[in-house]
Amino acid sequence: MKPAMRLPRYLGSYLILGLWTILVLGPLYVMVINSFKPQIEIFSSPFGWPKKWNFSGYLALWNTGHFGRYFVNSLIITILSISGTVLCATLASFGLVNWRTKASSLLSLLFIAGMMIPIRIASINLLQLMKFLGLLDKLGSLLPIYIAMGMPMAVLIMSEYLRTIPKELTQAAYIDGAGSLLIFRKIILPLARPALATVAIFNLVNIWNDLWFPLIFIHADDQRTLMLGVTRLFGQYQTDWTKVLATLTMATIPILLLYLAMSKQFIRGLTAGAVKE
Amino acid sequence: MARTRNKGIELSRRPFWLLYILPGLALYLVFMALPLANSLRLSFYTGSGFQIDDFIGFDNYRRLFFDPDISAQFWNAFRNTWVFFGITMLVQNSLGLGFALLLSNKNLRGAAVFRTLIFIPATIAIVVCGFLWKLLLDPNWGSVNLLLQSVGLGKLAVPWLGLESTTLPVITLVSAWEWMGIPTMIFLAALQGIPDDYFEAAQIDGASGWQVFRFIKLPLLLPMVGVVSILTFTGNFNAFDIVYAMAGANGAPNFSADILGTYFYRTGIAGKHPVGIPDMGLGAAVATIIFIVLLVGVVLMRRFSSQDDSAKVERR
Repeated sequence: MKPAMRLPRYLGSYLILGLWTILVLGPLYVMVINSFKPQIEIFSSPFGWPKKWNFSGYLALWNTGHFGRYFVNSLIITILSISGTVLCATLASFGLVNWRTKASSLLSLLFIAGMMIPIRIASINLLQLMKFLGLLDKLGSLLPIYIAMGMPMAVLIMSEYLRTIPKELTQAAYIDGAGSLLIFRKIILPLARPALATVAIFNLVNIWNDLWFPLIFIHADDQRTLMLGVTRLFGQYQTDWTKVLATLTMATIPILLLYLAMSKQFIRGLTAGAVKE
Repeated sequence: MARTRNKGIELSRRPFWLLYILPGLALYLVFMALPLANSLRLSFYTGSGFQIDDFIGFDNYRRLFFDPDISAQFWNAFRNTWVFFGITMLVQNSLGLGFALLLSNKNLRGAAVFRTLIFIPATIAIVVCGFLWKLLLDPNWGSVNLLLQSVGLGKLAVPWLGLESTTLPVITLVSAWEWMGIPTMIFLAALQGIPDDYFEAAQIDGASGWQVFRFIKLPLLLPMVGVVSILTFTGNFNAFDIVYAMAGANGAPNFSADILGTYFYRTGIAGKHPVGIPDMGLGAAVATIIFIVLLVGVVLMRRFSSQDDSAKVERR
């Protein structure tokens, strides 16, 4: 086939994909560009470049809102939860893979069953539990839930990965007199790094973007996460579009930049479980 | 050698491995498995605030299904969730399949860039996505309506989130916009996993593009259709954020966008926090129904997609 023949054939593909690209980037462009305009200009020319870059929305967020607080809260809870999930799941998978008994297969099944069941269904009892533990209205209430919620997928990914590490490697070390904890630290953890990244990203997006649990557990202003804060600010700023759009932009940019820097890992992380490596 | 193997077997039976499993297991049991079981149990009790009161058997379910004050809203939310699921399957997953077919073309330049772009919305928080589209669809500002007017479709410039007939479909489309990347990537991975010899053999046999799709790609994609359907199903029956962001906790106007997620939030949890929970027992009953629908749905879909599997093997 001549190249000249090929061009029109792919033209259709490019048109369709190009159209969707506009549909994806258009709203994001409108969001970012208008956050730098005063209210009047947002309404008079919603698609144009700002006549003069106006940072008042962002300054207001910085100065008057508690946006910084929300951001830091989300950062803390996300980092702690991911570390906790990764640690618990890697330890558990190491145990599940090496412990070859009926009990261990049953426990594997128990973990994996959790993948099909959304934890939100348990919310009513979780509310009672948090009240009982005195954690209601505290940022810390989210930590054990996020770890528990991350376990099924993390155990699935980790134990599948750890099974690919040759048994001889750990057994040889064991026979040489290394304790299992030493083997875990020196052999398993370094080897498991790619799977750790997948687990971390899967949880990063889920936890950073979660609204449900902050919404039902947290009321106090200084304990809010970013998404709960954005929800409250959206209501509060309703008539001030510059502020609203600045808020939405600031809530989107961090993950978006991270995604653009490592899109392959993100796509692998977010389709984990459905797509086999 | 024999001794080494024995030691290995002995090692794999030693119960100290349980110690490694324990921390994760404890958190999982205390904060997920048991609360789930307890929430299901609560559906047989009356409850308001944080108290479990009396055992009342199936009374919460009776109220949910038949009590005229309650059942209308419940069935409305139930029906809407199915509409939400139906439109998502139709729009998001078939478009995702289409994009995957286009992107799997090895001669298509820039496929990697398109792949990255299509997936962007899936990294944005659902609430942010909902708020953003709520602004874009705002009748006073309405970038969407301005665009429609500028291309001569001014008649279509309606208050999308103000009409009972359009609110739910529009919210579903926004959700499809956000999650499009997931089915696309799942189908794409399946297509890229097809060995090249299949296509070469088909080319030698003179198969048309349609035949290649129908007899090579489609059979190998079918198990993935099952996976995507299950993901969509669990996602939609568990959805809350998108409706909450775009139509509020009531699924306004007039509950036309109310789904099981928002209905559960209103009955079982609601905004009265931290004062109390309006009707904990009824909320638990809603949660139990969501749980059962998910369980039955997932089991059925798995059965269907594994039947596809066996049919495929037989045909070969």
